[in-house]
Amino acid sequence: MRVTIEVNGRRTEEEVEDRTLLVHHLRDTLGLTATNIGCDTTSCGACTVLVDGESVKSCTVLAAQADGAAVTTVEGLAEGETLHPVQQAFQDHHGLQCGFCTPGMIMAAVSLLEANPRPTREDVRTGLEGNLCRCTGYHNIVDAVVAASGQEVPR
Amino acid sequence: MSMMGTRVVRTEDHKLITVGGSYVDDLREPDLDGAVHAMFVRSPVAHARVTAIDSREAARAPGVVAVLTAADLDLDPPGGDHAEPWLAGDAVRYVGQPVALVLTERRYQLADAAELVDVDYDPLPAVIDLDDALAGTTLLFPGTDSNVAKTHGKPFDESAFDGCEVVVTRRIVNQRVAPAPLEVRGAACAWGADGRLTMWLSTQNPQLARDAIAGGLGLDPTAMRLIAPDVGGGFGAKIGADPDPVVLGWAARHVGRPVRWSETRSENLTAMTHGRGQQQTITIGGSRDGTVRAFGLDVVQDGGAYPRLGTTLLPGMTTLMATGTYRIPRVEAYSRSVLTTTTPTAAYRGAGRPEATAAIERAMDLFATEIGMDPAEVRRRNLIGPDEFPYQTPTGATYDTGEYAAALDRVLAAADYDGLRAEQTRRRAAGDPVVLGLGLASYVEITAGDAGGESGRMTVEPDGSVTAWTGSSPHGQGHATSFAMVLADQLGIPMERITVRHGDTDEVAKAVGTFGSRSLQLGGSAMRQAGDEVIEKARQLAAEAVEASVDDIELNTDDGAWQVRGAPSGAISWAQLAARAGDGALSADVWYSDAKPTFPFGAHLAVVEVDTGTGKVVLRRLIAVDDAGPVVNPLAFEGQRHGGLAQGAAQALLEEMTYDADGNPTTGTLADYEFISATELPDFELLDMATPTTLNPLGVKGIGEAATIGSTPAVQNAVVDALSHLGVRHVDMPAGPQRVWQAISDANRRV
Ligand code: FES
Ligand code: FES
Repeated sequence: MRVTIEVNGRRTEEEVEDRTLLVHHLRDTLGLTATNIGCDTTSCGACTVLVDGESVKSCTVLAAQADGAAVTTVEGLAEGETLHPVQQAFQDHHGLQCGFCTPGMIMAAVSLLEANPRPTREDVRTGLEGNLCRCTGYHNIVDAVVAASGQEVPR
Repeated sequence: MSMMGTRVVRTEDHKLITVGGSYVDDLREPDLDGAVHAMFVRSPVAHARVTAIDSREAARAPGVVAVLTAADLDLDPPGGDHAEPWLAGDAVRYVGQPVALVLTERRYQLADAAELVDVDYDPLPAVIDLDDALAGTTLLFPGTDSNVAKTHGKPFDESAFDGCEVVVTRRIVNQRVAPAPLEVRGAACAWGADGRLTMWLSTQNPQLARDAIAGGLGLDPTAMRLIAPDVGGGFGAKIGADPDPVVLGWAARHVGRPVRWSETRSENLTAMTHGRGQQQTITIGGSRDGTVRAFGLDVVQDGGAYPRLGTTLLPGMTTLMATGTYRIPRVEAYSRSVLTTTTPTAAYRGAGRPEATAAIERAMDLFATEIGMDPAEVRRRNLIGPDEFPYQTPTGATYDTGEYAAALDRVLAAADYDGLRAEQTRRRAAGDPVVLGLGLASYVEITAGDAGGESGRMTVEPDGSVTAWTGSSPHGQGHATSFAMVLADQLGIPMERITVRHGDTDEVAKAVGTFGSRSLQLGGSAMRQAGDEVIEKARQLAAEAVEASVDDIELNTDDGAWQVRGAPSGAISWAQLAARAGDGALSADVWYSDAKPTFPFGAHLAVVEVDTGTGKVVLRRLIAVDDAGPVVNPLAFEGQRHGGLAQGAAQALLEEMTYDADGNPTTGTLADYEFISATELPDFELLDMATPTTLNPLGVKGIGEAATIGSTPAVQNAVVDALSHLGVRHVDMPAGPQRVWQAISDANRRV
């Protein structure tokens, strides 16, 4: 079937197999490989993207279900050379190591801050519960999200 | 000014946060055009004879290029008593063992085709329980007379405890866990027209992997190029290569097309090696004044179905490190690695040392409780003193440097240990159903324990920039930043002008790679040695250039320029020197071989709250000293500690790979496996301490695994401590609500 999705502000129109997952559509059809796949049980959040502004695990939606929607992946966050505040904060606070969870984690954080612009550290932990990271122990991810919200990070 | 020890933001990050890493599954190299997709058909049963494989129907499924089984493979089988076949032949020994390989045109055709491969399994008894495995009623390998595949240390001598006033003994479990890097295993490969095989593999050790895969394929290592692209975590489980990529390389040759493979997470949890998996009997003896006189550690290591590192090497680390940070005159440490019908065990963050530390640290607490002394005080009385180094342990380790008591005291002070004890007493007295527990661990571990070498190569380009190659290929640790800092500090060339490359065996032919917390001390030292050689060459050239004596020439690292001592005017820059020297003249290619193991150490304190009504444990605080000598980049150093603390807490409280009696994994998906999340962890409280080693030019020890080693028993001890007033003396890991609640109700029944 044919699906039309606005991805990172660009209109895409592609022929896909009916059962194609959004994450595979992004990665394999559109070549946007930042969004990763970390599980097969909707558990890890590595595949998190925004669909019409809402954070969604893109391994759980068919590309067909996103027909007509606007999708944002981490590739679409920066404005030219200027990083999105969440991206910048992840770098500044060492919120990533291997980077595999990072695109999904950043998108989940963007969505979290959209809903709660001044989260407490507990809010951040709760909000990111569905995004797993094996490397960082989450501490610096929490720092990064708090910093991205413009709040002071204790050191 | 030196940038060593400053918080430098990683050069790796920009790509990772904007367009994402280039992990194996992301590769779009032209060499992989037209690749077929691969999926292994894996055994769904723990132990069986394979009587027939019928792949005819699968072969007719849409898109199928080939279905390959052991019968098709024309490779020499691996040798040895317990040989692990490339693909299972006449027997399977664990759920997840590869039995066949399906190749299809498109990814979505894989699972459909794999399901149609019809394998007849004639069941044999599963061997899950370690006592059963030891008893050997069912032998995993015909022709052997025991399931014990390896022993470490010497058999236990009970007389070690003769004359001890107090002896406490306990059987405890260090459970099997899944390393679960967020990126699962993956590979892609293509044969070139020149007959060479190029493989991209998610590995910690490209060169070791190349040698293993080339060996399996009967190739000379030079006939293969192995590239580790970005690797999404490894934690020991991506050391070298598993058998799977050998089959992939063979399959690519067989069908004459490139092959791509990425396992699913559910496959990963059962088919990637597991970590830990020890049953330990700990015995501690001493006097009522708190002096420990003898310690015994009798280990049964679950090796899984085939001997990997978990069988052959890691229990040796456990027995070696048995006495921890303590001066204990008599030690009995013995381990038997026994095979079971489960996933093979291998390295996982700490790899043998967390098991040793958990044993001794639980023992110290049991001893303290028995003699009625505070666990901090018992530890202090037995710690090896700062003037006793180098310290030779009864098990044969030589600890380099340490300040064990200082580490412990620093943690106790920062936590307000006495205040916490007072709060604990208060809450117990008030009958608070949520009780407080304090858990201590003092630890020492061995890093760069392999004492192998590492390669380092660098060249100053004619524009004054530097290209460096390290044999230490990272999987998230940030070597490109840290190693660039080492060179920048040494050469006075800004970091932005230093590029550190790694991971391609055609660029670095000989190397060891990352494991055992060896990277900075060996790879970093190799960089430093290469830098030293280049500096000496540059000094000669600079002397000629400015027509001065070599002895009068100095490198001004503030400006990155060579000058006559004390005379910055007339200085000659690296760029000028490199241009003058000609292509490649300012280069060095070294093998750092002067490697000896180092012994980082620390102390951790965990504070937990346990709801005595439900058994639920909440980790409130984790306070840590992790002393690995001077720190190159505190940002990366703290990151390693954070990750280690989390994985230790995860083992103590949540994570376990379990099997039912028939050998079916019961936590084999990420929906079932209790992978730790952000809500289950507190903010970490890190304290600084840096005791250098004299064993390498940077003075550094390894930090990759240290925090896991301390935090696991600290958290476990905290859970037991919370319940000690009820008479609970031990709770096995993971201390989940069910197990904790059971411990409480058992204790209540006893009183
Ligand atoms: S890939 Fe794990 S939740 Fe989507
Ligand atoms: S940075 Fe490696 S999984 Fe999060």
